[in-house]
Amino acid sequence: MSDETIDDTDGTDVDAATEPEPEPKRTLTVTVDGRPFEAQPGSMVIDAAIAAGSYVPHFCYHPRMTPVGMCRQCFVEVDGPRGPMMVVSCMTPVAEGQVVRTDTPQVKRAQEGVLELLLVNHPLDCPVCDKGGECPLQDQAFSHGPGESRFVEQKRHWEKPIPISDLVFLDRERCIQCDRCTRFADEVAGDKLIHFISRGNDTQVMTFPDEPFSSYFSGNTVQICPVGALTASPYRFKARPWDLDQRASTCTTCSVGCRTVVQSTRDELVRYQGLDVESVNWGWLCDRGRFNFESIGSDDRLTTPLVRGESGLEPTSWTGALGAAARLVTEALESGGPRSIGILGGARGTNEDAFAWAALADALGVTLRDAQVGDGLPTEVLGLPRATITDAANAPTIVLLGPDLKEELPVLYLRLRDAAEKRRSRIVELSSVGTGLSRYAWKRFPYEPGLGAQAVSAALADPEVRDQLARGPVVVVAGRGNLAESQEVATATLASLLDGLTGAGASWSVLPALRRGNVVGALQLGMAPSEGAGGGLDVLRAAAEGRLELLVLVGSDPMADCPDTDLARRALAGARRIVAVDTFLTASSEQADVVLAAAAYGEKDGTTTNLEGRVSGVVAKVTATGTSRPDWMIATELGLALGHDLGFGSVDDVTDAIATRVPAYAGVTRTAVARNVEGVLTEAPLAFLPPASSSAGERNNYDYRLVVSRTLYDRAVGTATSPSLAHLAPGPAALVHPLDLELVGVSAGTEVQLVGARSSVVLPLHTDATVPRGTVRVRFQQGGGSVGELVDASTPIVDVRIERL
Amino acid sequence: MTDTPTPTSYTVPGLVPTGPRLITARFDVADGFTYDGYVRTGGYTALRKALTSMTPQQVHDEVRTSEMQGRGGAGFPAGTKWGFLPPDVFPRYLVINGDESEPGTYKDRMLMELDPHQLIEGVVIAAYAIGAAQAFLYVRGEMALAQERLAQALNDAYANGLVGRNILGTDFSVDVTLTWGAGAYIVGEETALIESLEGERGMPRLKPPFFPAAKGLYMQPTIVNNVETLSNVPWIINESGQAFHDLGAPTSTGMRMFAVSGHVNRPGVFEVPNGITTFRMLFEAPEYCGGVRHGRSVKAFIPGGASAMWFFDEHLDLPLDKPTVDQAGSMLGSGAIVVMDDRTDMVAACWRVVRFFARESCGKCTPCREGTTWLERILKRMLDGHGRADDLATLLDVCESISPGLAWPPRQTTICPLGPSAVSPIASAVRRFQHEFEHYVQHGRPIDGVERHAIHGAGAHV
Repeated sequence: MSDETIDDTDGTDVDAATEPEPEPKRTLTVTVDGRPFEAQPGSMVIDAAIAAGSYVPHFCYHPRMTPVGMCRQCFVEVDGPRGPMMVVSCMTPVAEGQVVRTDTPQVKRAQEGVLELLLVNHPLDCPVCDKGGECPLQDQAFSHGPGESRFVEQKRHWEKPIPISDLVFLDRERCIQCDRCTRFADEVAGDKLIHFISRGNDTQVMTFPDEPFSSYFSGNTVQICPVGALTASPYRFKARPWDLDQRASTCTTCSVGCRTVVQSTRDELVRYQGLDVESVNWGWLCDRGRFNFESIGSDDRLTTPLVRGESGLEPTSWTGALGAAARLVTEALESGGPRSIGILGGARGTNEDAFAWAALADALGVTLRDAQVGDGLPTEVLGLPRATITDAANAPTIVLLGPDLKEELPVLYLRLRDAAEKRRSRIVELSSVGTGLSRYAWKRFPYEPGLGAQAVSAALADPEVRDQLARGPVVVVAGRGNLAESQEVATATLASLLDGLTGAGASWSVLPALRRGNVVGALQLGMAPSEGAGGGLDVLRAAAEGRLELLVLVGSDPMADCPDTDLARRALAGARRIVAVDTFLTASSEQADVVLAAAAYGEKDGTTTNLEGRVSGVVAKVTATGTSRPDWMIATELGLALGHDLGFGSVDDVTDAIATRVPAYAGVTRTAVARNVEGVLTEAPLAFLPPASSSAGERNNYDYRLVVSRTLYDRAVGTATSPSLAHLAPGPAALVHPLDLELVGVSAGTEVQLVGARSSVVLPLHTDATVPRGTVRVRFQQGGGSVGELVDASTPIVDVRIERL
Repeated sequence: MTDTPTPTSYTVPGLVPTGPRLITARFDVADGFTYDGYVRTGGYTALRKALTSMTPQQVHDEVRTSEMQGRGGAGFPAGTKWGFLPPDVFPRYLVINGDESEPGTYKDRMLMELDPHQLIEGVVIAAYAIGAAQAFLYVRGEMALAQERLAQALNDAYANGLVGRNILGTDFSVDVTLTWGAGAYIVGEETALIESLEGERGMPRLKPPFFPAAKGLYMQPTIVNNVETLSNVPWIINESGQAFHDLGAPTSTGMRMFAVSGHVNRPGVFEVPNGITTFRMLFEAPEYCGGVRHGRSVKAFIPGGASAMWFFDEHLDLPLDKPTVDQAGSMLGSGAIVVMDDRTDMVAACWRVVRFFARESCGKCTPCREGTTWLERILKRMLDGHGRADDLATLLDVCESISPGLAWPPRQTTICPLGPSAVSPIASAVRRFQHEFEHYVQHGRPIDGVERHAIHGAGAHV
């Protein structure tokens, strides 16, 4: 974990995260304050000393970033050829036989000297500082400082906190110039938007003129700031650290599954902090995942179940609502049988939620179910030889065939960017438009939407790529880079890539870049189409064609999630009855006949599975809003109302049942999940990609081929209901190459009409040089003219004309 | 105030040793800075000789034989430094440090303004010797005339086939890129200069691992040489390394430029026989500074740049010889000598030097960033008459936090020596003139007999 003081985690062992993986490499024996210690080769003296039990005070050193030796706080004495030498321990590598002393009078003098100097200009406004109580400067001033200051001059003064981005405030008076935030922005996030300016005593962290610190990862700088110089607006003045209660959990905003610490005060979630686990997030979080806790306490949350009455959806009791839902299920079974019921969802809940709903579906004989609605890949992709994030970040070759990871799976982006920057991996990118990783790619093979197979052939024919593939394991990061390209096409492209890699003799594995929080868990635990039954799109088609008596939406919002808005609309209209389980009233659930209020993240215990198949715990930290209940409980109670006892009396029963009944989850016991901060890795049964053909036709010269892709901030419910994030969405726009803008004949920002085969939408037109000519990129789910109106899930690709209004 | 009797006086001409002017000869040629003037006075003959009749190894050997100490400040033999490049690692770079910013140092500026071609010739020869195909000439941002003349000279050199591809028809090619600094003293430190060249903020890198010869510019092997060092190279090639070695003292070979400023009658840059000339000769001889102004005596002088420990009258007869000065507890550094006469206010002088370092601290290391400013403010408060009883103790203790032991050569809690540089003047002045500091604390004014210079405002000069 980062060296921030995160302890006291309510029984969950957070500190175990610091334990490195046992390595077969030999160790070096060093002596720390007279005690022998086995240190890892390549580690620094400060690591060894702290691990050996001799704490060395420090500020600038952070185990996940390059040491800079800036604060000069970590002086220790090391025996050198000419006797004991004072060295900064963060920049001195361990060596065999090294003798380290952290407690000599000279060391104490040096450490006290530096701490006094760090404090001379520090405002000591601890009583009103958010960091007070968990502040490394405060703590270390007490433990290693001189106790008093002789500084009688006027302290340095700056304007008190200035916003450096929409989320982050900077108080330069508190800053001790440790270079952590600036180093993070540069070397970890790759967003070099803050830097030191001025020099000497005026040195200060600052943004560049007119460029805010608008990094997707800015919240991490707040977490690693060793003083209260950086604060984030969602938490400012919300709580004092000693009033916080916290538990270790896992973020389910996307499927990376970053480990977090969930903190609350007075039964309100107020902050998430990243937890440093080696295999996943290294302590980092994206800002969306970090700050969307605000949506949990939103006033728009559903507090009671609703049943459609004469004046629309009306609040009712759980007995009434469950009874109404059970009646709808019974009616559907009676009039159309199990094949007239479709269940969508599970990807937004816990493993337990998905498993309980799958169990209920099994009991009822419902086979039409899916956790995806045409926005992912076939379930079989999980049965391909699976790579972990660490595999990918250490593979000589990473092949990207999927979404912009920076926008969809941000922390995976950080890990792969690190792999490319540290020259461990070479990235081969196949994509229609530029992505966040494009600038780190070793080779790019751009392709016209629908013609990915051509890019695959071009890549595999490249002699340098073939040489590169021979260098060792190849990890393919596979997902949906373009929602306007049908799932069939995406699958066919992936299949041709994997075939090609096999043909080239490469040893490949796949890291599925499916985006939604627990989509992998839901698919693996039964919320997947069974043999012969169609997937999510077929469920929607069946509903649209009037073949469904009942559509059950378990946290699924087809109006927002399904790329084909028209299909979703027709499905919701065509299904005779709809039961929705949701935390908010969405464009889909507001059309339901019965809405069952679900407990949200942070309000329920359970487990979640990330894209690697890694299972880790999520925890209830606050009381569920209103009378809302976890999805698994709703499934269980609905089962009871229908005469099917699923046998679950508590969430633990469900977890145990998963471990007993699902072979892949046999190792996922409650103890194993609680004990392993890194989570428990599962494997899906081996599978082969279903046959798929890609047949994107030739494009008319007047047409633009459509790319629909996501951005980190969009109108998704968790973001839109978090006030700090809601306004960060870039907004609806169509993006074309600057030269194409001239062809259209309008200036940037002008509204134009995108005319497709089925419908048209009006969007402002902007330029983006990473969009190839003849292609138009539209951001998904930004409100305004919904691009989903143009997407037809039954066609391989969507072509549009751009017309002036 | 002088306990030791003056052994000799050099106030009449002809008493001091002089030597040939190796690199300042063209200072007297009106058009010496132009291409025509340079070629007319024997320019670019060394380059032709090196490229057409010598191997790179032979060039390197000549420089090694000369035992020329680097003129940037550390005094490390240039030939030895060139030998540190790891074999077979390419590309490698030559960086010329023309960021001369030490207060009182202006020798490199003169060389760049008055004889830019000599430097370019030295650069090309050095690049040939070390196998660099690219050299970067980093010139201090404020030196407008030097920049203008170097740019013109480099254009002329390119136009005449003396820089660039296939120089003088040989298969040796090197490009020289000019870069202007942005006004930061710390960039004179070689690793900070490399950071600046890379487009980063000029902050020093930690050695190890970033010894430029191993991991320098763009993490490639890099030689960083001073302007004066490379200006000597053409002469060494023309006249041989041994001829250079025969000039000056065996421990400090060749001729060397010293820039003298302060309370002397004729401040300026002088090229003197290295290791033989004494400070007294330099200050008193009519050939050089021509005596202390108003016939006064020397109270203290800085022998080698603002970072050096101060010397006093008992050091006047030391030769300008690196080992001798090192042993006496200071350094010759970059050859900037500042003379203070017997009416100088030592507290004010001290403050002026400390203020310079406080302003020029890059802000990276805590002790330097916070400590130097603290020192400066304590001294300023003393000068303003608001000294406190514990000020002197605090002053020395803050010095101790920056440079433990206040020893020479300084130990440091910082990455580079800038922090300890601010400590040297305090350590020197307090050690010798503690009563002046105490007088300020007790009476709020300087001791009698010193001139209270207008240090607090405009027109300040110390």
